[in-house]
Amino acid sequence: MQTPAAVDYVRATSVANAIALLNEHGEDARLLAGGHSLLPMMKLRLARPDILIDINDLDELRGIRVEGDELVLGAMVTHAEVLSSPILAEHYAIFREAEKVIADPIVRNKGTVGGSMCQADPSEDLSAVGAALKGSVVIQNATGTRTVPLREFHEGPYETKVADGEILTEVRFPIRPRAGSAYEKVERRVGDWPVCSAGAYVVVSGGVVTDVGIGLTAVGAEHFCAPEAEAFLIGKAPSEENLAAAAQLAADSCSPNADQRGPADYKQHLAMELTLRALRRAAASSQGA
Amino acid sequence: MTAVDEAPLSAAGNPIGFGSMKRVEDQRFVRGQGNYVDDVNLPGMLHSAILRSPFAHARIVSIDTSAAEALPGVVAVITGKILEGIPRPSLLGDNFAWMPTLSYDTQAVLATDKVRFQGQEVAFVIAESRYIAKDALELIDVEYEPLEPVMDAKKALDADAPIIRDDKGQTDNRITDVHGNQTWESGNKEATEAAFVAAAADPNCVIVEEDILYPRVHPAPMETCGSVAYLDKVTGQLTLYTTSQAPHAHRTVYAMVAGLPEQKIRVISPDIGGGFGNKVGVYPGYVLSVIGTIVTGKPVKWMEDRSENLMSTSFARDYHMKAKIAATKDGKILAVDVYVLADHGAFNGVAQPTNFPAGFFNIFSGSYDYPNAHCLVEPVYTNKAPGGVAYACSFRITEAAYVIERLVDCLAQELEMDPADLRLKNLIKPEQFPYTSPTGWEYDSGQYEKTMRVAMDIAGYDELRREQAEKRAKGEYMGIGISFFTEGVGAGPRRTMDILGLGMADGIELRVHPTGKAVLRLSVQSQGQGHETTFAQIVSHELGIPPEDIDVVHGDTDQTPFGLGTYGSRSTPVSGAAASVVAKKVRDRARIVAAAALECSPDDLEWELGRWFVKGDKERGKTIQEIALLSHSSLELPEGVEGHLDATAVYNPPNLTYPYGCYICVVDVDPGTGQVKVRRFIAVDDCGVRINPMIVEGQVHGGLADGVGMALMELIAFDEDGNNLGGSFMDYLLPTAVECPDWELGETVTPSPHHPIGAKGVGESATVGSPAAVVNAVIDAISPFGVRHADMPLTPANVWRAIQGRNVRTDMAVE
Repeated sequence: MQTPAAVDYVRATSVANAIALLNEHGEDARLLAGGHSLLPMMKLRLARPDILIDINDLDELRGIRVEGDELVLGAMVTHAEVLSSPILAEHYAIFREAEKVIADPIVRNKGTVGGSMCQADPSEDLSAVGAALKGSVVIQNATGTRTVPLREFHEGPYETKVADGEILTEVRFPIRPRAGSAYEKVERRVGDWPVCSAGAYVVVSGGVVTDVGIGLTAVGAEHFCAPEAEAFLIGKAPSEENLAAAAQLAADSCSPNADQRGPADYKQHLAMELTLRALRRAAASSQGA
Repeated sequence: MTAVDEAPLSAAGNPIGFGSMKRVEDQRFVRGQGNYVDDVNLPGMLHSAILRSPFAHARIVSIDTSAAEALPGVVAVITGKILEGIPRPSLLGDNFAWMPTLSYDTQAVLATDKVRFQGQEVAFVIAESRYIAKDALELIDVEYEPLEPVMDAKKALDADAPIIRDDKGQTDNRITDVHGNQTWESGNKEATEAAFVAAAADPNCVIVEEDILYPRVHPAPMETCGSVAYLDKVTGQLTLYTTSQAPHAHRTVYAMVAGLPEQKIRVISPDIGGGFGNKVGVYPGYVLSVIGTIVTGKPVKWMEDRSENLMSTSFARDYHMKAKIAATKDGKILAVDVYVLADHGAFNGVAQPTNFPAGFFNIFSGSYDYPNAHCLVEPVYTNKAPGGVAYACSFRITEAAYVIERLVDCLAQELEMDPADLRLKNLIKPEQFPYTSPTGWEYDSGQYEKTMRVAMDIAGYDELRREQAEKRAKGEYMGIGISFFTEGVGAGPRRTMDILGLGMADGIELRVHPTGKAVLRLSVQSQGQGHETTFAQIVSHELGIPPEDIDVVHGDTDQTPFGLGTYGSRSTPVSGAAASVVAKKVRDRARIVAAAALECSPDDLEWELGRWFVKGDKERGKTIQEIALLSHSSLELPEGVEGHLDATAVYNPPNLTYPYGCYICVVDVDPGTGQVKVRRFIAVDDCGVRINPMIVEGQVHGGLADGVGMALMELIAFDEDGNNLGGSFMDYLLPTAVECPDWELGETVTPSPHHPIGAKGVGESATVGSPAAVVNAVIDAISPFGVRHADMPLTPANVWRAIQGRNVRTDMAVE
């Protein structure tokens, strides 16, 4: 049995209350959402917060809805809810495809979208989805809220724009009519973190790509995206040749590290292979295939 | 479909004898009512935690425990220095800082001079709760002077390699066994070398060589290791609840280690949550819990967490093999030679029969008939955790089966022969049994070709090859892998097999109560094998008492007779035979009692299931239940007959039993990503007579999952600094149902001629046989890329690299 160090615990009653508690306890406080990253780290004593502020009671952070031309996910929406959401599935296949390969049902039942984003693991699948779809997050503190594009959200591994005394409250994604999307992941075993994942949406109109987003995770893609590859495709036919060239550009922009999941050259290859596979299926889907 | 007639059913619907029935023990397990070591809570019990080394190799400069001792709730902090000061009245060393291993080496209980692997035990904290004990670990200040570690077994014997066992005055990293040998050799060296020389000169022959690694893996039982020790100072009795596959052997070892009188030691293995060889060894943690109760006078519980289990307790394999095979060009095998560099870690702690320091690896000649085989095993110390014989390996037959089955596939590829045809051409024929192998094993029975044909029929082998050809034409990569393995399981005989001098025979006791209900007392210890069910069925088969009327007692040395325990698939071959023998003794006693009651000579009686009756007069008879009551009654018994039916036996097996099987695996490989999908797996086992086919199938299912895991994902690798890269379930990957196909099982039944009920051990067959089938299938799939071999685990990255023609060392950190 793994045993965490002693920790205090308090249940927040509202977002404002949670922010007040964060300000009161300073940097030794941690928000407890799904807990599926934080609690294992505490059990291994790699994380040692003095106090946990439990935000699981905050219904204002739950729910998936459409607001204008955006999809809005509350920070406490679980992976399981993303996986089974008809609203999200209606607009983007990528949500369901990514969630199907994130961890396992037990983790997905408790793990949250906001928690995953704020943990900011360099191998986080939802970060690739968010970067691909060019989403944004809403961050709240004692003085108000601000919106940060996901492609500017990460400061580095495990570091985000969420500062002390702040809570990520929402994740928002633009709705793009006729967009096709797809997600590809290679893992050593079901439930493992990815060796590499790539996701994309593509809008094909008049025979050419008019809009595209590419997200990659676990391969050192800056902000989990590949803007050069996207720029290359705009205005071009979604031919195998063009998609492959874009995928190669995406892979070239990555700088993966070797670890037990695989050597760097393999991960770079996967970045190309999986980007290509995602682009192929996304483009085909946009064209009604 | 078994070799015996279908057994009649009891009133409860169970077979009176052999046949599938649900496991008796599952009633409590599925209700969450199992009683494991961690469920043991004694009055006043203290908890503990072990401080472990962060370094693979370092000198201990100083240890300051004062802050930990000052923490409220801490009862004691024990270091190696303290243990050095406790004299031990024993032949096995003069203090408690070191203990003997099961291979006559020494292992530090708590490090005194140096730490020799990451995760080694350095200090032991006893406290009022597990949380406080863990908190105290953080307050212990150890100053280490890091030393260069030996992490690559291939560099362990380099002239400039750091010396690991300077405690023993060693000047190199060679391991010397109890016989004084530093290498372990088997087979006929001269004849084998001559066969290779002749083959090299013969244009009609080929020689194929391959470097084959069986990497370090871990049994990873769901329940980690632990113990609760209590020394009653009034009676002097030490009670040790412990996760042990061999409670009696452990009791004797504790008597030797601690110098305690053996009659004052009671070892209890309650329900055990999986062992797979991980719970054969005696670990420092167990010993420390004993020392803890001696020091504090209170019960002390020690229980590992997952990482401690993966990093410090007995690993498996770590065999670096260089193998070669000679054959004629039409596929007749002539000779096999294998050199093994064996990585044993920092202490030689392998658990195996004394005369077999490389286990039964020398059964590597496999299931084929050829005259010449030879192996040389060279064991070395490295800065890794000790162990080596574990994970359902049948004393290293996993490594043996893997190397020969991989080698045969390499040969098939070289000869451009179908690997099924090559095997069929060389299999030992039924009329050759008993068959003496070139390394001296006497295989008891087998119908190899028949079994292989059954597997090929279930698989639809020819159709699979057609499908493969079609797919290759379309650029799709499907592979078919075969493994044909033979095991030798059920150690003894005691004259050649012992552990620490304890001969490998098993005692047993059977009591029959006046009402005809029975209690069977076993020395072997179930870790999930279903002993409470199958052993009752053996007695039921012999006596006709319904299995639900027979209780099986095991796991408590005060309640059961001495025996060597459950590992190496030995429970059914040894204790299963003992159960049959003791039941027959009861049956013989019952015959005398029945004869007295029926007023006839015992010779006039004939047995049918559950009943003695007068020959020629079937109506005149007594059931075993009637006889049980009569044996306790006032019935006049013949002179010299004591009454009661109870009996005891000790079974010393005349030979091992040799289960075997043919496995066929079908995979699809995505060459763009290197991902492997196991599509089908066909397993045809021949383990002789099946006592409970349902339990056999369950064991086979589990072993096949093990095989998929080892072939594709399980690995404990190390980086050059000595860090264990498989120290949690995030890093040490076990397969899930998603990676496992719907197993397709078949069977043939070739009884063991020397086992009382014709049974053979099967608990490890699937773990032994399946990895080669999976690897052979993957290599078969990617052979169009020119790949002949790649080492396990065949992760997507390793498959992709193999396709690129750039195989990597899988035992070291990925670069």
